[in-house]
Amino acid sequence: MFDNILIYFVVIPLIMLGGLALCKNIKQIRTVAVIGSTALIVLSVVLLMGYLEQRAAGAMAEMLYVDSWTWFTPLNINLAVGVDGISVAMLMLSSIIVFAGTFASWKINPLPKEFFLWLILLSVGVFGFFISIDLFTMFMFYEVALIPMYLLIGVWGSGNKNYSAMKLTLMLMGGSAFLMLGLIGIYYHSAPEGGQLTWNILEISQNGAIDKGWQYFLFPLTFVGFGVLGAMFPFHTWSPDGHASAPTAVSMLHAGVLMKLGGYGCFRVAIYLMPEAANELSWIFLILTGISVVYGAFSACVQTDLKYINAYSSVSHCGLVLFAILMLNTTAMTGAIMQMLSHGLMTALFFALIGMIYGRTHTRDIRLMGGLMKIMPFLAVCYVIAGMASLGLPGLSGFVAEMTIFVGSFQHADMFHRVFTIVACCSIVITAVYILRVVGKLLFGPVQDKHHLELTDATWWERLSAITLIVCVAAIGCFPNFFNELINFTFDGSIFKVLGMN
Amino acid sequence: MDQITSILILALPLCMFLLLGIFGNKMSHKMAGILGTLGMGVTLILAYSTAFTYFFSGNELFVDAAGNRLQHLVFDQTWLAFTQHLVIKLGFLLDPISAMMLVVITTISFMVHLYSLGYMHGETGFQRYYAFLSLFSFSMLGLVVATNIFQMYIFWELVGASSYLLIGFYYTKPSAVSASKKAFIVTRFADLGFLIGILILSFYTETFDFMTMTNAPENVLASTGGAVFMGGSVLTWALVLIFMGGMGKSAMMPLHIWLPDAMEGPTPVSALIHAATMVVAGVFLVARMFPVYLMEVTALEIVTVVGALTALYAAIVACTQVDIKRVLAFSTISQIAFMMVALGVARPDIHEGVGYMASMFHLFTHAMFKALLFLGAGALIHAVHSNDYTAMGGLRKYMPVTHITFLIGCLAIAGIWPFAGFFSKDEILVAAFENNALWGVWMTAVAGLTSFYMFRLYYRIFWWNEPDYEHHGHVPHDAPWTMTLPLIILAAVSVVAGFIPFGELVTWSREAYEIHINWTVAGTSIAVAVAAIALATVMYRKENELPDKLASRFKGLWTAAHHRFYFDELYMFITHKIIFNLISRPIAWFDRHIIDGTMDMFATVTNKVSYAIRGLQSGNVQTYVWVYLLGTLLIAAVAVICLV
Repeated sequence: MFDNILIYFVVIPLIMLGGLALCKNIKQIRTVAVIGSTALIVLSVVLLMGYLEQRAAGAMAEMLYVDSWTWFTPLNINLAVGVDGISVAMLMLSSIIVFAGTFASWKINPLPKEFFLWLILLSVGVFGFFISIDLFTMFMFYEVALIPMYLLIGVWGSGNKNYSAMKLTLMLMGGSAFLMLGLIGIYYHSAPEGGQLTWNILEISQNGAIDKGWQYFLFPLTFVGFGVLGAMFPFHTWSPDGHASAPTAVSMLHAGVLMKLGGYGCFRVAIYLMPEAANELSWIFLILTGISVVYGAFSACVQTDLKYINAYSSVSHCGLVLFAILMLNTTAMTGAIMQMLSHGLMTALFFALIGMIYGRTHTRDIRLMGGLMKIMPFLAVCYVIAGMASLGLPGLSGFVAEMTIFVGSFQHADMFHRVFTIVACCSIVITAVYILRVVGKLLFGPVQDKHHLELTDATWWERLSAITLIVCVAAIGCFPNFFNELINFTFDGSIFKVLGMN
Repeated sequence: MDQITSILILALPLCMFLLLGIFGNKMSHKMAGILGTLGMGVTLILAYSTAFTYFFSGNELFVDAAGNRLQHLVFDQTWLAFTQHLVIKLGFLLDPISAMMLVVITTISFMVHLYSLGYMHGETGFQRYYAFLSLFSFSMLGLVVATNIFQMYIFWELVGASSYLLIGFYYTKPSAVSASKKAFIVTRFADLGFLIGILILSFYTETFDFMTMTNAPENVLASTGGAVFMGGSVLTWALVLIFMGGMGKSAMMPLHIWLPDAMEGPTPVSALIHAATMVVAGVFLVARMFPVYLMEVTALEIVTVVGALTALYAAIVACTQVDIKRVLAFSTISQIAFMMVALGVARPDIHEGVGYMASMFHLFTHAMFKALLFLGAGALIHAVHSNDYTAMGGLRKYMPVTHITFLIGCLAIAGIWPFAGFFSKDEILVAAFENNALWGVWMTAVAGLTSFYMFRLYYRIFWWNEPDYEHHGHVPHDAPWTMTLPLIILAAVSVVAGFIPFGELVTWSREAYEIHINWTVAGTSIAVAVAAIALATVMYRKENELPDKLASRFKGLWTAAHHRFYFDELYMFITHKIIFNLISRPIAWFDRHIIDGTMDMFATVTNKVSYAIRGLQSGNVQTYVWVYLLGTLLIAAVAVICLV
């Protein structure tokens, strides 16, 4: 079991949990968290290298590092793992954000030990989800990632935190209910008459036994189930409240990684296993996600709370992820995955910076702040860079992701899809409006509040957290083809053969 | 032309940006300024040698046996492969227009770097300023050497961002912040058109590559298969949308509103970005795609109409502005519109497409004399600490170098022989007349207006009535050598640039073309210009009542023009009243109250129902017994009734 590198993505956080439980003071907690999250980054880099090496050596299998250990025989539940380019990218993203999040919560108060325990438990769920290819364990890890969120917001949050925590958890649980129905449905149709039923994604996809009638029923269930976490209109309202109340690192992890679970799940389960239904029903969800894209951006234009602005911006950007996945062509889907990476990194950066600014000014209302560029130049410059990434400046990650999506989507043979692509394109202008509005009010102009003049710039751990994320954002933006090829390979696999298109 | 040189041309400014951007704070002002200027100087030398090699070496890579110039791909690296055909490459395309632009950009950029050493002396954020200048130079150079339309789009966005950063350089000033925001958003809106145009074009042609498209434009037309969308061919749509991108950057009406406000940036920035280089990107874009535009003449006609309207509009507005930088800004809009018109009227059968050559020629000469005028304006503002000409007057005595160079600039833009503007403007008018007499007359009239407003400005600054300078504290004087040297160099170029045999260097077909000055057209235009200058002399040489009288005589027109025909108010109405108040706010409200309200309603209903029925689970045994008894009785009663 322990000769498979993937299992360590769950083992390391579990060891961290043990280590944290033994910690006596904040120093020890920090040490454990830093060592653990660094180990995760190293692990994901090793995985990336190994993965690329195997691909370069000509490994053509859809997933690599595939392994399966029986867990519960009567229902054929296994702990099955395996990765393709997309999972590798997602694992990298998660480890980077856990790393940055650790430094962003350097001074967390009160109960630092408990905070880190829940945070690491959350990351167990996240990592487990991305390495699983067994629907049951996948769902289990999904739930593991959701529950800690309730406590993290409820205890360490700010503002109307009880309401937000409850709302977020209940709405996502509602999504899970759909999802569970869908997954069980898939299980019972996973093999042809008389065959061994299975939860394993690869086997289900090979069997291709889910008949069309059932697909029409199961596809919407799973897509909506995951879509709730991907902030799909009209199930996105947990996001503004939840993010606004969550503590910094939780916002980072939630927007940066957890929302990606939604997009990833939509792709890996809903579309991968039921491509025919996806093809036929895509128009419904295209309309919904298209609305998300534009609607989220417009809503962001008039918000005054920094976190609300960013949460609505996430609705818009994540809407683009689901939008592109539904286009069912290689380029657009590659773009969707790139957008997940890009959005994950830049919202994490945004939330980290907002947390740092809030920690100083004790307000997130942009009307009460101004001219921060003069007071905290480092944070302000980082904020401008994050904003530029968000509005799609070439050289940063947002541009390549969005352009891949737009070009890919526009290659669709159907006029309806192309027109909707143009609608989605409009978001680039609206994004510019709300980003520049915030940047102009918050960072530029005269100093609004005289008390702010005494504030200090970023500390070393804050700098480390922000710079890590900026470097990653710039790396994707400057060398997109590396990520493009890493992700792209996945799509040469079976999914398009079913539809007879590519 | 070796690869190293061309890579260096792009890499040097980029490295300077990173160096000054990251380590600038640790450097002294002097160090940062000298580093930036030196870096640009080396880039200038490399760019000159590249252009010189391209035009004059006679190397078979650059010119074929018949004397036609060739397009040469110095390098072309894959950056992002969307599909097998649709690949973004980053490369370096050397051809007449890109070589010419290399010269223009590096020249002006170097002059501005040098000039800023004096102009920005002692400003906070000096290092940041030089970092942004380097970023801009890098982006602009990358734009003009783009080998494919997506590379151009990438650098197009980057110049937009560097323009944003430089306009908002004085970030504590609210007007500068809102001007930078406006510039970015308006051009972003235009870029949306550009992007959609690229999407449409690439959907049919399956390529981004300029050479593939422009060397066989008939294939581009054929690939659309005659598809029609809302009454226009899809190629027309694509070209017009791409042109929309150009309208944004080049400040064509109605997307021009950001340029006058952009004058909030430091004056050397206005000279570099908002007069000489970035704002001509739109012209360059149309020129780059020109063979494809020829396939759809409708698109070119739209270019012409937009250009002609903008030229007239901006010229009228320029006659009524008080802020000298705004006069120059509107003048820039008007002159770029000249270039657009020249491209729009160019046809291969009219003097071998002279309009194209004229447009590029005017781009070149305009860059020189407009940069000169802006830098001159900078020297004036530096001396009197005001942007308005009302604070100036009689300055010829105090600032002789600025005076002479500014005068040369005015003569050049007015199109007086032998200054540079004469030659390029003459070719534009020839092209316009040959295409359609209407455009010829129209543009000649605009040329007359140009001479009028430029000399109005000139007389108001250097003659008119002298305000009491002593009273304001100090007497204005010429700037230090770092500022006057660029003025003198640019003035010298503005005098001689007209004699460059441009037709032999830059034509649309890349065949040499010999310029003949059409003296009927040239004579008329000179006569009009001289008359306009004479009128300006009468009105503004000495302080008198005439201008005020005329203004009150045509009060309506004057007020409207002074308010730039209320375009800004219109935009404010659309953005604030319609987009913010009628779209964004209702959406935000809808989201909070309807969508979220529905979610909350589920919660509330669940809650209420739980409260309502919780009495049933009270745990009170007596109640249970009563309910049990009543239930039994009820069932017994029902049973009895049914049985009986």
